Amino acid sequence: MSELKSGSNLEKVLAAGHFAFTGECGPPKGANVEHLKEKLSHLVGHVDAVNMTDNQTAVVRMSSVAGSVLMLEQGLEPNFQMVCRDRNRLAMMSDILGAYAMGIRNMLCLSGDHQTFGNHPDAKNVHDIDSMQLIAMVKKMRDQGKFLNGEDIDVPPKMFIGAAANPFADPYEYRVYRLANKIKAGADFIQTQCIFNMEKFRDFMKKTVDMGLHEKCYILAGVTPMKNAGMANFMSKFVPGMDIPVDLIKRIKGVDKKDQAEEGIKIALEQIEEFKEMEGVAGVHLMAIEWEHRVPEIAERANVLPRPVV
Amino acid sequence: MIVADRKSLDEIMAMVEDNKKILIVGCKGCVTVCNVGGLKEVEILASTMKIARKKAGKEIEIDTSVLERQCDKEYVEQISETVGDYDAVISMACGVGPQFLSEMYKDQSFFPALNTTFFGGATSHGVWEERCAGCGSCAIHNFGGLCPIARCAKSLLHGPCGGSSSGVCEINKDTECIWDSIVTKKMEQGKIEDLLGVKEPKSWKTSRDGGPRRSIREELVQGNI
Repeated sequence: MSELKSGSNLEKVLAAGHFAFTGECGPPKGANVEHLKEKLSHLVGHVDAVNMTDNQTAVVRMSSVAGSVLMLEQGLEPNFQMVCRDRNRLAMMSDILGAYAMGIRNMLCLSGDHQTFGNHPDAKNVHDIDSMQLIAMVKKMRDQGKFLNGEDIDVPPKMFIGAAANPFADPYEYRVYRLANKIKAGADFIQTQCIFNMEKFRDFMKKTVDMGLHEKCYILAGVTPMKNAGMANFMSKFVPGMDIPVDLIKRIKGVDKKDQAEEGIKIALEQIEEFKEMEGVAGVHLMAIEWEHRVPEIAERANVLPRPVV
Repeated sequence: MIVADRKSLDEIMAMVEDNKKILIVGCKGCVTVCNVGGLKEVEILASTMKIARKKAGKEIEIDTSVLERQCDKEYVEQISETVGDYDAVISMACGVGPQFLSEMYKDQSFFPALNTTFFGGATSHGVWEERCAGCGSCAIHNFGGLCPIARCAKSLLHGPCGGSSSGVCEINKDTECIWDSIVTKKMEQGKIEDLLGVKEPKSWKTSRDGGPRRSIREELVQGNI
């Protein structure tokens, strides 16, 4: 992992051996640039890159390419998310070229939540290729300078390729193999699903390290601070692929309502401390959902500031 | 087989609202097997429609007929002498039937009484499930004999996605995660390596994406067989 593939800030931070700290921001449900800029302003200087989500939970929003470009204008580095649900291979390659042309250097390749979860459940889903094939396609575009059909690309997009892993989905025993497959397909870094079940994650990372996967790819542990017990309950029940232990919900419920946010942050900080020491974990991906303004405080208290300049 | 569901009575009644003399045509093929468009269902629909019209105080005359198959010209021709006697004809076949009828009898109006749903089979009495998406290039042998194109909500060739939980798909609790079954089967067989590696993107040319499809058997066309 010595030679830089994209030259993105995130790649440089990781390659230099720093503990990476990435953030996330959803684009607006509209063209409200000011609102997006306000949310992003809290992240400047506090993270190495920021994921710009792509119609997350199948709810239509401003495009992740446009959101990423607006982020660049604000001096933040985007991690441009792309799902397989909404685009066929032509649109994907076209958007990847466009994203690269606009200065985007990281991308996260995802399947995408099923459209039945979202606000246009009658939509046709695409899934021309899946996330594994998307990873391989971006790698082919970058390393071979070829489109999927083998034709040459005039100035290939040099992306730092990200993928997701959910250690909490089933069948559990297969999850580490699926991670290995994503790395084989070309993933340079992994951002995991929000981690709440630490016991299971420790086991997952042990398996990952045993297979030597952490030496082939940077693994960023997903952290989401809970705002209150209601959010914990909601995520546990309605967000696909979430594993929230009962004890954790109890812990948040156990404090006064006005103190629940602080308790949620405390839990996140405890997790981050453990991830710093956990073998195979190269950083943290902080998904502070609609809580961007709390990121500076969390970063400060997690002792991950100042962010390295590489 | 092709599986179908019957449209609601209201929808069917609305389609033929202005017609007084109606023919309902069933089919002895797949829709008879899945109990939705055979003799029994044709007669039930005819009686139900008569009752509904009577309640509404409007007259109606309904005749019925069940063809061997509606997807074969040879059988569709069998109603040539009577089809013109009706104001409208309701087909109780899959989507192929009313089209073969429409193509042969250009002056008549045909209405579909069924919604064609999928290629599948009965998993228990009264329950049918999808098994095939008709993509035109079968590869189930790569997936433990189970089709992720038809049976994964995202048609993933490298599953299961992060929404798979306890063998159930993220879209709802009644949908099995076929990738859970594929992976479990391969693990039990000690053949996990069969699933590793990245498959080439699928060519959808043979699927509906390549445009309406056609099968030509030269030997039959030339009359050699």
